[in-house]
Amino acid sequence: MDEVKDVILEYVIEEYGGEDNDITYETPLISGGLVDSFSMVSLKRFLEIKYKISIPDEDASPEAFDSVNKIADLVRQYTS
Amino acid sequence: MSNIGSYEERVKNFEWSIAEEELGYKKGEVINIGWYCSDRICGMGKGENLALLWENAVGEEKRYTYNDIRAYSNTIGAFLRSLGLKNEDRVCLFMDRIPELFIGLVGILKIGAIAQPLFSAFGDESLFVRLENAGTSAIITQRKHALKIRKIIDRLPNLKHIIIVDHDGKKELVGREIAFSMQSERVEKLEISPTKAESPSILHYTSGTTGLPKGVQHVHYSLISQYLTAKWVLDITEDDIYWCTADPGWVTGTSYGIIAPWALGVTQCVLDSGFSAEAWYRFIQKYRVTVWYSAPTAIRSLMKAGDEIVKQYDLSCLRHLISVGEPLNAEAVVWSEKVFGLPFHDSYWQTETGSIMITNFPGMKIKPGSMGKPFPGIIGTVVNPETCEPIKEPGVIGLIAFRPGWPAMMRTYWKNEETYKGKFKNNWYLPGDRARIDGEGYFWFIGRDDDIINTAGHLVSPFEVESVLLEHPAVAESAVVSKPDEINMEVVKAFVTLKPGFEISEELELDIMNFIRKKLSSLAMPQEVEYVDSLPKTRSGKIMRRLLHAKEWGEEIGDISTLEND
Repeated sequence: MDEVKDVILEYVIEEYGGEDNDITYETPLISGGLVDSFSMVSLKRFLEIKYKISIPDEDASPEAFDSVNKIADLVRQYTS
Repeated sequence: MSNIGSYEERVKNFEWSIAEEELGYKKGEVINIGWYCSDRICGMGKGENLALLWENAVGEEKRYTYNDIRAYSNTIGAFLRSLGLKNEDRVCLFMDRIPELFIGLVGILKIGAIAQPLFSAFGDESLFVRLENAGTSAIITQRKHALKIRKIIDRLPNLKHIIIVDHDGKKELVGREIAFSMQSERVEKLEISPTKAESPSILHYTSGTTGLPKGVQHVHYSLISQYLTAKWVLDITEDDIYWCTADPGWVTGTSYGIIAPWALGVTQCVLDSGFSAEAWYRFIQKYRVTVWYSAPTAIRSLMKAGDEIVKQYDLSCLRHLISVGEPLNAEAVVWSEKVFGLPFHDSYWQTETGSIMITNFPGMKIKPGSMGKPFPGIIGTVVNPETCEPIKEPGVIGLIAFRPGWPAMMRTYWKNEETYKGKFKNNWYLPGDRARIDGEGYFWFIGRDDDIINTAGHLVSPFEVESVLLEHPAVAESAVVSKPDEINMEVVKAFVTLKPGFEISEELELDIMNFIRKKLSSLAMPQEVEYVDSLPKTRSGKIMRRLLHAKEWGEEIGDISTLEND
């Protein structure tokens, strides 16, 4: 079990999932319209608080936040 | 040659009857926007022309001809009538950018009901205040948004029908929910409501500095302005493939994302997905978009993505670019000319004006950073804020002012005639923006004349955010202002004092941010929450937002003689 991925998935479902909360690790979050560029700010803040990291704005691109898997990869860059 | 030809000649010889004649409308007769957007085009023998090319985030495509738009809008209209909905009932559209949103608006207008489009990212509280104020009878939505409605339905006795357009049977409908499938049948004939010029058509909600959001009421006669401005400013012709990137939850998305293009019989594209530079360029290339109406925030995001990515796509199809929503910075105009070989033409208008008021016209010399000149038939100027008299001297900053009377002008604020009347002074309509006019008659935007926050082209009321902040269990007092943002021009920032027993923490800041996002919308969510011991107030207890605003923008604080001493 990948704890980082699961924590992020649980948070995304809780915060951004609606009636159809069948969000998976690969669901497109930004390009799929589930998370917009404004909401991305709070998602980034969650990651920074949870993992005690600082993600520079240039790395917090829509592409890097486009799925739970991609976000988990980004988090690992800063926690390893 | 552009549709407008010579701007100067058009100004000299302008009459709104130009549009009336082209549309075959005679004063006093029936005018129904829904009919003009579908049946009229079909009646001209263009029923098999493509009206809508639609694609979503996962690449699913749909295509609709004008005959499809006509028949499916009939289907929606007939269904609404079967529920007992009638003239001037408010029917809300609360959906992502799916075809039912676009065709639904046409269907609602055909039966004479008032369409009330709302941005689907709105949280339950934003939705509630707008539905309650409008006394909305029905809402057309998707199952993904139904949860928000379920949270507030008990407080909305007038809302009798919640129409779910994508019910799949997996979960049971509850209460007033009802399933409806637009493409379940084609209704070929529908009696179109004989609406007249002054019959209400659309109710768009916009944020105010104080008080609740205001319902801007438009009428069917707005078509006259919307049609002609689209023809002369957007330069749309029947051969174009047109892409308006605005969401129909906002006025650009209805005036120029539904009404004007379909009244002109053009093929328009819709991309129902989040923003990414790759997705947008691929979309333009795939559908061979020729006319592109977008917004400064998107353009700045494309600039940020870089020049190299542009070269990976064949965008030679583009021929005319226009922008709206916030001031278009000069760098963006210069950049677009460099990478697309075409400048973005800035346009200026607002929910209340219903159609483009000031713009850079095709063929006109563009001064990067300028808003351009008034549309022919629009008398626009800047006035002295005190006297409301026009400022004759070039370069002097004043309030933008328009002489009332153009067809798409709002007719009132819903149930708020007093505020509506307050928008007029000395026989000028004042949109609430400041500008200057140069010696050649070009307008240059300076800023808002009030506390309203313009973030990514969307207006956010500080009052509304402050009110909801006070509902958070930890917040004692709040003040909301804008802060500068490279991409969105401005974003929301909140200053809060905490109630006893609550401690400052990052987790609490995140909780406050998400609280606002869910209650109001992501646009209204503070991008930063600053904890303070106290807020600056006047001696009468009014929070002095302008001091906080000045601090964020590095401006002079100005007169603080009324500041309360601690």
